[in-house]
Amino acid sequence: MGGIDLDLIAATAPFLWDGLCTSFQLLLLAMAGGISLGAILAVVRIAGPKPLAALAATYVNGLRSIPLIMVILWFYLLMPLATGRPIGAFTSALVAFTIFEAAYYSEIIRAGIQSVSKQQLAAATASGLSQLQAYRFVVLPQAFRKMTPILLSQSIALFQDTSLVYVVGLRDFMTAVSVTANREGHLVAFYLFAALVYFVLCCTGAQSVQLLKKSMVSQ
Amino acid sequence: MTIPLRLDSRKAARSEPDLVQRPVAIAIDHVSKKYGDLDVLKDCSMTVRRAEVVVVCGPSGSGKSTLLKCVNGLEGFQAGAITVAGTSVGDRRTDLTKLRSQIGMVFQHFELYPHLTVLQNITLAPIRVLGRAKSEAIDKAMSLLRRVGLADKAGCYPGQLSGGQQQRAAIARALAMDPIAMLFDEPTSALDPETISEVLDVMTELARDGMTMMVVTHEMGFARHVADRVVFMDGGCILEEAPAEAFFAQPSTERARSFLSKILRQQ
Repeated sequence: MGGIDLDLIAATAPFLWDGLCTSFQLLLLAMAGGISLGAILAVVRIAGPKPLAALAATYVNGLRSIPLIMVILWFYLLMPLATGRPIGAFTSALVAFTIFEAAYYSEIIRAGIQSVSKQQLAAATASGLSQLQAYRFVVLPQAFRKMTPILLSQSIALFQDTSLVYVVGLRDFMTAVSVTANREGHLVAFYLFAALVYFVLCCTGAQSVQLLKKSMVSQ
Repeated sequence: MTIPLRLDSRKAARSEPDLVQRPVAIAIDHVSKKYGDLDVLKDCSMTVRRAEVVVVCGPSGSGKSTLLKCVNGLEGFQAGAITVAGTSVGDRRTDLTKLRSQIGMVFQHFELYPHLTVLQNITLAPIRVLGRAKSEAIDKAMSLLRRVGLADKAGCYPGQLSGGQQQRAAIARALAMDPIAMLFDEPTSALDPETISEVLDVMTELARDGMTMMVVTHEMGFARHVADRVVFMDGGCILEEAPAEAFFAQPSTERARSFLSKILRQQ
């Protein structure tokens, strides 16, 4: 790849590495937050009282019909108005990703819960576990086991989406690449390098998911 | 199907007048249930006294499993009342969770939790519901596993066990809560013929030890030799309720007669 000046990339590596770390931080925290909130939304939709279930459904369907980039931008612009002080690009992006991804995760989790036999819930409640305990100890562990590959695939998409935080000026990997590329005047080289990094990371992730799926089937 | 001979001696020990004086454990009183327009239970009444074994039989779709599930509130009902040890199941103020923790239930398809080991299956509710210490729950689980002949399977996952072993583990799981009564919902219907007897043996032993049992089953050998009374259902109605000997010697309704002759011919 003649277009890529490896020495130059090596020289800027610490700066790019910081950006990559920010991307991963955002990914892991948004995954944790999104899956937790998604699980709550899914359980509320399946087992919660009707008005709450309807509210959760509206939330999920509403967020899934808005482009992510708007959620990120709105949150960044509107939160300071609501709270009266700026909340910072990272926190703002993290919250935006969490509430957005929760909608997608919750649909995956809901399908996972529904794939667990109703009789398992019956057996758990028959033994005296409360509804909440039955979900926590019996239904959700089985559901999560079944849906782990899909949750991970969704998280790979989330990792790619983290590049959208450039709109709020957060210095993730993509933004770091972009800044460096403009400063050094090697746009093609740096953007190709960025594409390569995303490709390798996501491809490895997707391959791992495939392996995991296979090992789960053979179990 | 072979039922050990010692069963008859167990039944001889509890004579009819003795049973009548025992307190009622489960009382089902004029219970009716509908799914939409469909009547699944029509004015059903029966009782199970303490330490009594009552078999509920009847053709499939007769409502017997539904009636059983009403006893611990897994299914609701629209009319009538069910009381278990004096607590009303249908009452809104009743703490159903607490009541269920006192009633053991065994399902047709075992319903062991596949992600937990046999031991964890048995200790989950005692630890989480009764608040027992882990070590205490494990000791109790191990002694129950020895009782059902599965002590060596404690660390196995349900998927590694045969159907009969899974059902015995499920019985141990129910017993771990020290239930005041046990409900069995066709416990042998999903089993291979050769493993049915190992489950029936465990149930027979339980009956001998004085457990109160309401058993929905097609196993007429078990009903004849272990049950104190037999309840026959058809079309959502309880058509007969009689001591086991009387039921098998001379069923009083035509439908029970034809059901018995069909099912006994199969077995």
